[in-house]
Amino acid sequence: MSTRLATGGRLIDRAKTVEFTFNGKRLKGRAGDTLASALLANDQMLVGRSFKYHRPRGIVASGGEEPNALMNMGEDARFEPNQRATTTELFEGLTCKSQNHFPSLEFDVGAINTRLSRFLPAGFYYKMFIHPRSFWKHVYEPFIRKSAGLGKAPRDRDQDTYEHFYAFTDVLVIGGGVAGLQAARAAAETGAKVMLIEQTADWGGRAMVDGGTVDGEPVDKFVQKILSELQEMSNVTLRTRMMGAGVYDHGYVLGYERVNDHQPDALGPRHRLWRIRAAQTITATGAIERPISFAGNDIPGVMLASAVRDYVVNFGVSAGDRTVVVTNNDDAYRTAFALKEQGLDVPAIIDARVLPQDSVLMAQAKAQGIRVIMGHGIAGVKGGKRVTGVQLCSQAGEGAVLEDIACDVVAMSGGWSPVVHLWSHCGGKLNWDEANAMFRPDVYKAPMGDAGEAFVSTAGAANGHFGLGDLLEDAHAAGLAAATATGAKAPKGFDAPKGITVEEAPIQPIWLMPQGAGPKKRMKAWLDYQNDVKVSDVQLAAQEGYESVEHAKRYTTLGMATDQGKLSNINGLAILSDALNQPIPQTGTTTFRPPYTPISMSSIAGEARGEIFQPLRKTVLHDWHEENGAFFEPVGAWRRPYCYQQSGESVKDAVIREIDGTRNSLALLDASTLGKIIVKGPDAGKFLDMMYTNMMSTLKPGKCRYGLMCGENGFLIDDGVVVRLDEETFLCHTTTGGAESIHGHMEDWLQCEWWDWKVYTANVTEQYAQIAVVGPNARNALARLTKDDISNDALPFMGFKDIELDGIPCRAYRISFSGELSYEIAVPASYGRALWDKLRAVGAEYDVTYYGTEGLHVMRAEKGFIMIGDETDGTVIPQDLNMQWAISKKKEDFLGKRAQERSHMADPNRWKLVGLETVDGSVLPEGAYAVADGENANGQRNTQGRVTSTYYSPTLKRGIAMGLVHNGPDRMGEVIDFPKVDGTVVQAKIVDQVFYDKDGEKQNV
Amino acid sequence: MSDAVSPLNGAKYEGFVTVKAMGLQGMITFRGDLSAAKVKKAVKTVAGTDMPGQRECHMSGDTGVAWMSPDELLIFVPYADVDAKLDELHKALEGQHFLAVNVSDARAMFHLEGNGAREVIAKLSPVDMSPNAFGPGEIRRTRLAQIPAAFWMPDTTSVQIVCFRSVAEYGFNLLKTAAEPGSEVGMFA
Repeated sequence: MSTRLATGGRLIDRAKTVEFTFNGKRLKGRAGDTLASALLANDQMLVGRSFKYHRPRGIVASGGEEPNALMNMGEDARFEPNQRATTTELFEGLTCKSQNHFPSLEFDVGAINTRLSRFLPAGFYYKMFIHPRSFWKHVYEPFIRKSAGLGKAPRDRDQDTYEHFYAFTDVLVIGGGVAGLQAARAAAETGAKVMLIEQTADWGGRAMVDGGTVDGEPVDKFVQKILSELQEMSNVTLRTRMMGAGVYDHGYVLGYERVNDHQPDALGPRHRLWRIRAAQTITATGAIERPISFAGNDIPGVMLASAVRDYVVNFGVSAGDRTVVVTNNDDAYRTAFALKEQGLDVPAIIDARVLPQDSVLMAQAKAQGIRVIMGHGIAGVKGGKRVTGVQLCSQAGEGAVLEDIACDVVAMSGGWSPVVHLWSHCGGKLNWDEANAMFRPDVYKAPMGDAGEAFVSTAGAANGHFGLGDLLEDAHAAGLAAATATGAKAPKGFDAPKGITVEEAPIQPIWLMPQGAGPKKRMKAWLDYQNDVKVSDVQLAAQEGYESVEHAKRYTTLGMATDQGKLSNINGLAILSDALNQPIPQTGTTTFRPPYTPISMSSIAGEARGEIFQPLRKTVLHDWHEENGAFFEPVGAWRRPYCYQQSGESVKDAVIREIDGTRNSLALLDASTLGKIIVKGPDAGKFLDMMYTNMMSTLKPGKCRYGLMCGENGFLIDDGVVVRLDEETFLCHTTTGGAESIHGHMEDWLQCEWWDWKVYTANVTEQYAQIAVVGPNARNALARLTKDDISNDALPFMGFKDIELDGIPCRAYRISFSGELSYEIAVPASYGRALWDKLRAVGAEYDVTYYGTEGLHVMRAEKGFIMIGDETDGTVIPQDLNMQWAISKKKEDFLGKRAQERSHMADPNRWKLVGLETVDGSVLPEGAYAVADGENANGQRNTQGRVTSTYYSPTLKRGIAMGLVHNGPDRMGEVIDFPKVDGTVVQAKIVDQVFYDKDGEKQNV
Repeated sequence: MSDAVSPLNGAKYEGFVTVKAMGLQGMITFRGDLSAAKVKKAVKTVAGTDMPGQRECHMSGDTGVAWMSPDELLIFVPYADVDAKLDELHKALEGQHFLAVNVSDARAMFHLEGNGAREVIAKLSPVDMSPNAFGPGEIRRTRLAQIPAAFWMPDTTSVQIVCFRSVAEYGFNLLKTAAEPGSEVGMFA
């Protein structure tokens, strides 16, 4: 059984008990534990079930590479699935549940799959679920969806907060082991700005467990010393609990800081996503130990050798009483020593190698009386939910059992793989190091910046240096090189500390144990624990023609689980290479993509949630709208009142009341959101002649003119009233949604094409609150607030005038989008509310109403005015809308002119704008199509027109619409059919699009 | 004047720094040839300070000039003086090609006060806020999370921010969230 030892555990505080809950059981750990070490201390080796076969799964690793110990963590608003027990720091009150089992972890009905595993080989899903075709959607997919995914999806809104942080540095060092510390120390000595980040809460990395000597002192003393030096340096930033998640172009690096995961009730954000710009990045990310592929290597109790000693040294936890070490390299011997030191039993070290002479570590093992069995391997592991023993065999043979060795832990080591993920994210290449059986960074093919220079380098074990001597020299050089690449000067006489590299015998690559393992053993030799991919699956994939490693990955799901194959990838591609009979580098690796380990979605969202999820634009009258029953609709990022509902009133009734009030007496509209762009300069007229289809340079100062704007391709992009303020200055009104884009469009042409034209623009949209005073009583109401002459003579239709309304300086434009007598009053936004209140006060006598965007839409449709976005959709030209009158024939050029001359644009068969009047008075459905006789080449009914705007008109008391119809203007009075989705047909008569006051007498009084 | 209301009307939040919505500030967008002697002189007359260089701002209380782009300045004057100052500019630069418009009411302005002011900004803007990269006398025209914004430091422990008026509430709530107690980063300490 696994248990807490009486001594040891450099990271835990034995005096502090921490209570937590696993699957409803109350358990006790120690402060400083990870969840994994605490579970092991409570003899909880079984922690979950695998994805496909529901096999029992135990803790394998001690860090971010752990594939099995994934938990449904927390409850309710703190629930999160797939949380790694090995990287979760224990805290008081932690609750977690194991995943992927029913009804319980110990007894799981899904485990039947393991009996069926012969019938569930690689590619099973692809082979099985393709026939019959129709079953996929209704039978297979719902079933697979239900069984997909390990953890449960959260139900409640996350209660924690998250944020981003932007940081800038010369040198970023990722990884706080001895290599990272030394690289940072060397870079910092040059005076460069250095940031060092470490994913765990502690500095020193593996060296703190594995020991060693630096400058004649134990390595932990060295770590302490270098850390305190770094802490003293003002040019150095140190952060723990912060993982380098991804490296991107231009030296952009994401750092994932788990600020409060270990103290969930503390103030502050749970996670902080660091968006770092680093001139140089050093990946000192260490290495990950590889499992060995032997039959039964997935039974709980089979662990990585390094993890077994991590639990002993760091947490004072033994994974079991009797540990068999199985290895192909010297490093795993350290596990045996760590166990022996604690008085635990190591029945044997099974070493697959045959060596001419003992290495230092082997000799040490033998001297301690440990049985070292060379040239042998494991034929099989005994046990179901827990290891009970191993069967010894010859590595060279087919697995004939020579001896059973009783044990409850198997500590395996298939060698070490440098963590090259961050090196590779941005294109760093790898070399296969034959002697050490590992991929390591090809330092001559580093990720390149915009000038073709390397911006990522690598140091220490991540660079394939494992002995403290080489490692520190490599890290020191990497630190200096990165700093000098940013322009810093290397200090003289500043040398790397001297580490001692222990002489080790070479590794022997072992990709399958025993070498001649037959099909039965290969079907039980796991590569990917989480997704249940075995040696036999990869071999089958190769046999079926999946030669590319990327294809084999997807076919078998090797490395596609939440651990992204940190343990399985190298073993898997070695098996694939063997099956394809080609060397490993020819097979290559799959692509390493960020993030290194999963990061929370919330950290990506950062602060953007709740009321600051996205910016809402509000006019200065927004509060009044809210207080007065506004039913809002989004218009761009603005929220505009669609209508104002009185108590008990429906939206439809409110719109009718607002329109009637406007047409009959007086109404106010908040028109502040309309875009307002100042265009000024000697060439302003010439410029606007290019921007608009009609002539703007001839507009007289003091006058307004409606204009159309097209893009280069001739299609309508915006419209609005242009005002000439003085000889050199124009004010261009745009649509609400067009303010920013049209301003950008103007600047684009000015800056990129007509840079020598003397024109400046400024977007003053938000400088003004704009209030439309509309209706037959508009002038009467305004007259009560001003002494200025606002008569039709003094301020005629399409004119403007500066006036004062009860002491507030305003500009009044005589423009109308409703067809009524209308003044649009612009005031500095700070005065907007005051003016609104004064207008309301004088309007009371005329039963003033307030109308929203729907009333505005209906009234403009009654008048036959087009709306950008309704009558236009990016494919409509002014000619389609019969607006030839707004296209100047005198101008040599304007944007869109040439495009509109193209044959398709000039085609008389283009659908054209008309009014549509339903025969029965009903309202046509939005977007409805008018059908024509016959079918097209695709067997679809031919069409001859479509509805662009459709409303109930309270003024006409019937449905009115506008639409684009083939030869429409020539077919007045004709009735065409619009089928509805319910199968019925609405008939509509083609009429003039102006339904109300065709001669414009109402607006021009 | 009593009719004029500033955005958020003096809202305030005490976090690890203090966030305040400021009162009305006169602002003029000026576009023109910033190297022209006449322009330099006119700007100095109006704002009382020399032409700022790239990414610089010369501020003194509620007057000053900020560089916004190679042909754009933001001129700060007291709110009540904007029209008079615009007249002055137009007189001084008569016959020149330039643009000067009142944008005072199009903006909201916030003030951050406290040792962590730099950190609050660094959570929201992709700007190097370390003291050796940014400090009094400089301005950054950038974004605050999802909205355009510009800011400068009146002194070493405060930051002044301008953004568009329509998003004043979003801007204030952003700053408030970033200044919440317990979320100190300790980066520029």
